[in-house]
Amino acid sequence: MGEASREIMRQARRQVPEWSTPQVNEAMAHQHEAGRENQEIVLVDVREKHEWNEGHIPGAIHVPRGYLELQVEEAVPEKDKTVVLYCAGGVRSLMAGATLQQMGYKNVVSMAGGFGAWKGNGYSFVQPRTMSEAQAKRYSRHLLVPEVGEEGQFKLLDSRVLLIGAGGLGSPAAYYLAAAGVGTIGIIDADVVDDSNLQRQILHNTQRIGQYKAESARETIEALNPDVKVITHIERLDESNVARIIADYDVILDGTDNFPTRYLLNDAALIANKPVVHGSVFRFEGQLTVFKPYEGPCYRCLYPEPPPMALAPSCAEAGVLGVLPGIIGILQATETIKLLLGIGDPLVGRMMTYDALAGEFNELRLFRDPKCAACGENGHPENLPTYADVCAIPA
Amino acid sequence: MATVRLAPVLRSSVGGSKQVNAEGSNLSEVLADLYSRFPALKEQIQPEESLSRFINVYINDQDVRFLQGLETSVGPNDTVILLPAMAGGR
Repeated sequence: MGEASREIMRQARRQVPEWSTPQVNEAMAHQHEAGRENQEIVLVDVREKHEWNEGHIPGAIHVPRGYLELQVEEAVPEKDKTVVLYCAGGVRSLMAGATLQQMGYKNVVSMAGGFGAWKGNGYSFVQPRTMSEAQAKRYSRHLLVPEVGEEGQFKLLDSRVLLIGAGGLGSPAAYYLAAAGVGTIGIIDADVVDDSNLQRQILHNTQRIGQYKAESARETIEALNPDVKVITHIERLDESNVARIIADYDVILDGTDNFPTRYLLNDAALIANKPVVHGSVFRFEGQLTVFKPYEGPCYRCLYPEPPPMALAPSCAEAGVLGVLPGIIGILQATETIKLLLGIGDPLVGRMMTYDALAGEFNELRLFRDPKCAACGENGHPENLPTYADVCAIPA
Repeated sequence: MATVRLAPVLRSSVGGSKQVNAEGSNLSEVLADLYSRFPALKEQIQPEESLSRFINVYINDQDVRFLQGLETSVGPNDTVILLPAMAGGR
């Protein structure tokens, strides 16, 4: 330490009062008892990020000294609160204290001895969960968005999403959920890849014709993002397996092609209290909504019964513009991520419709039916009829 | 005259149009006007007296089941939307 820096230190020490670690510990314990509303002391860690990551005092906020002037007013807006600063050994916090005084903070304290003395006294500290360097790079554009950030990214990495079908809707949804770092993606699909799928089912490719779609999906997802664990269920969803399969997931993305599965899934999701992100497509048009059990309507509120065989939309004519499920599937992935992060306004009680030819989005309001056989006041989702497949052409 | 918008699966019944106009001061009359011109549509969405349960009818963006059903009044500037259940996903 040169003479000039010693002089700065002396100056800071004259200006900024110091508390010992036992004093800080006692003040924090006292504050803890006082409850959340009476927080008179703010504890600020001014060390570098890598030091913070190795452990910090519980309840502290992190404002590295390099960003102090830029960030502290956002982190601590009230300038008459007691701000207790700490670093590793008590030097940087003193100088940071002098800076805060210059900025108009009235009660600034530096913790003598810093985090080293805190740990040495055996006081508790927490070690935050950290991202690997590879993850920090991969998800950097998420980390820059305050609504996601590191906390949100960990939420996504800990999340489990079930895709019903690895087809037109499931393909783009799986791609983006995997790219976003949704840690576990389950795929239930009993079909194999067929030439006619490749016009829209972009998880698969020409070499994989004849392979199980769920397996093909796994290969594509794992190549995109090794953080994602893919669980394949090569079976059809039915009464015997639906409860077991959906039990392990946080959100279900419904990309099926038939009414029986949609009713089956609706009832099981109500019983298990799992949100279903619903999408469907026909030719140039798509529909999208979120069924959140008992908060919004369910599929049976919307359509109490499927169309009878004779009046069902002609399945023989049920073509679709290849890119259309891409759009709806990506919107489903977006809604899924919103639900997982708990941000924004999910499409609960609203149906979004998209008309590709007109280039129009529209929104319809949906209501919970108090008399709904599944989720109404006297609803019994566990013993409702399932329906024969009214649209039984192969997918 | 109210505007009636049809989901894609219903359009073949009205000669392929996405949108048609219809006369009437309530939903029942509007639909009756449509059925008189396009009998196939009645077969598709209301083969019986009451509205079918697999079709949703909206006036502007409101579901008529939560308004007055077939008795819901329809003004000349209103849009009636006919939306049957749709299952395709693959």
